[in-house]
Amino acid sequence: MKNFTYVMPTSLEQVVELLPGPRDLKTRDRVKVLAGGQDLLGELKEHLVEPEQVVNLKGVPGLAALTQQAGAWQIGALATLAALEENAALRASHTLVAEAAGSVGSTQIRNQGTVGGNLCQRPRCWYYRHEQAVCIKKGGAECFAYGGLNKYNAILGGGPSYIVHPSDLAPALVAAGATALIRGKKGERTVELERFFTLPSEGAVTRENVLAPDEVLVRVDVPAMAGWKSTYVKFRERSSYDFALAAVAAALRIEGGKVAEARLVLGGVAPVPWRCEKAEKALVGRKIDAETCRVVGELALEGAEPLAHNAYKLPLAKGLITKALTKLATA
Amino acid sequence: MRRMAEYRLEVNGDSLDVSAPDHWTLLEVLRYRLALTGSKQGCDKGDCGACTVLVDGKPWLACLTLARSVVGRRITTIEGLLPAHRANGGSGADPVQAAFDRCGALQCGFCQPGMILSAKALLAKTPQPTRDEMREALSGNLCRCTGYTQIFEAIESAVASELGLKPAARAWGAPPVSCAARKDGGA
Ligand SMILES: Cc1cc2nc3c(=O)[nH]c(=O)nc-3n(C[C@H](O)[C@H](O)[C@H](O)COP(=O)(O)OP(=O)(O)OC[C@H]3O[C@@H](n4cnc5c(N)ncnc54)[C@H](O)[C@@H]3O)c2cc1C
Ligand code: SF4
Ligand code: FES
Ligand code: FES
Repeated sequence: MKNFTYVMPTSLEQVVELLPGPRDLKTRDRVKVLAGGQDLLGELKEHLVEPEQVVNLKGVPGLAALTQQAGAWQIGALATLAALEENAALRASHTLVAEAAGSVGSTQIRNQGTVGGNLCQRPRCWYYRHEQAVCIKKGGAECFAYGGLNKYNAILGGGPSYIVHPSDLAPALVAAGATALIRGKKGERTVELERFFTLPSEGAVTRENVLAPDEVLVRVDVPAMAGWKSTYVKFRERSSYDFALAAVAAALRIEGGKVAEARLVLGGVAPVPWRCEKAEKALVGRKIDAETCRVVGELALEGAEPLAHNAYKLPLAKGLITKALTKLATA
Repeated sequence: MRRMAEYRLEVNGDSLDVSAPDHWTLLEVLRYRLALTGSKQGCDKGDCGACTVLVDGKPWLACLTLARSVVGRRITTIEGLLPAHRANGGSGADPVQAAFDRCGALQCGFCQPGMILSAKALLAKTPQPTRDEMREALSGNLCRCTGYTQIFEAIESAVASELGLKPAARAWGAPPVSCAARKDGGA
């Protein structure tokens, strides 16, 4: 790890003051914010970022708050994954969020890891993580995964980078209709969480979200889901702890045995949490049976273009969709 | 010359003055400043759990923690268990350490400090854990030698010796084995 100076400001104003300017794109990594450090320390050790200063968010009071009002939740950026996982009221009202938090890493990672850090974590593509591989994501000219070893890469939404977004919370919170509260030098703004994440073809290919260099994520607001049932189903190569090979965040409102409203978001298959709007529409008015699951699976994976080593993700994702929908219909 | 930061950490009940560069991890400070080498450096990137310590009672990875970020927090390392046990009026070793010893839940021992601290945190939260709860609680602690069954048995043995209960049945359904009763230490 290259040396840096460490600071712990005590207000958000001070935090954003320390960050680069909003258009300071070239030198934005001069200062990095630290939350739980479970991703950032790995990046520092692999020399993927070499900031001059690390700004610990933990001196800012109230950022870890997790509060509920009339079924809607406000989740502070510093709330830990363990806090979400262990909150019985959240598990009851927004099962998918608690399940997604509980599926992250190991006990230690969930004790330290935070919601903000989970949503803002960097990709796990092994070329990205290799100090010497300067691919497109790191300002180079080529995606090494595209023609290389791409077992863990994207089947949807890829190009020119083919990462999958590594966050488990992201698909769950997008399915829950969450919004992100962002703070920069000029003040606050809110963004639908679905619009927070950017495809490599639409945003800067070297980033995964809309945050400007002077901005931090402050809070995630999740609307009430009264009458909904939801789940997060994740498939890992190894069951002790691992990132998702594919995952499904699903929420249904069922009336009289038929789906009245649906949300379906895939994880582990695309550079962003992959919202399946066609599949959601197709679900409305149907009962959950084998035929529905088949139709929905086809629509959800429509347009998928597997690379040389990841076609397995197609049947895997379809299987997980069936599993999630069946679980919700019988719950 | 690298700039040194001066700060104080609370480790195993002691307030200790530290002088170290800002970018040092808690693991580096424990091992190379405070000479507490019980916490091990395995992967140094969050994968193995050998560096696990307790921060305010919860298992944390010392290799993924900046030392300065835990100023003011209560840090427990493996070295702290015996003195804490004795200070609470106990005799012999800490009951979980003793059970790991009794059950032969180690070979090279590299994973042990982390395993035992994760097990301590589990037992503080769930005094009589099931095998599934143990598996989940220890999923971030890798052991390349022993196999996990003896480790689970050690936890059950610790529970048994504390509460006078019988350890649960073995994972594969064989008759319950009390490690405590094994003369060979379970090896
Ligand atoms: C062994 C291992 C296994 C893992 N398994 C999983 C897994 O299964 N699923 C999964 O989703 N993740 C996994 N992770 C990734 C990660 O550690 C966790 O997701 C964790 O939640 C990250 O949160 P943090 O608070 O530690 O983030 P940090 O490391 O502190 O921050 C991560 C990044 O986000 C930025 N950041 C942090 N907070 C903010 C904020 N409020 N505003 C703007 N930027 C911010 C930081 O600058 C940094 O670039 C794993 C990591 C490891 C080491
Ligand atoms: S998928 Fe993205 S991170 Fe991986 S090699 Fe290609 S450009 Fe780099
Ligand atoms: S040394 Fe910290 S997890 Fe391996
Ligand atoms: S006893 Fe050797 S790693 Fe566990």
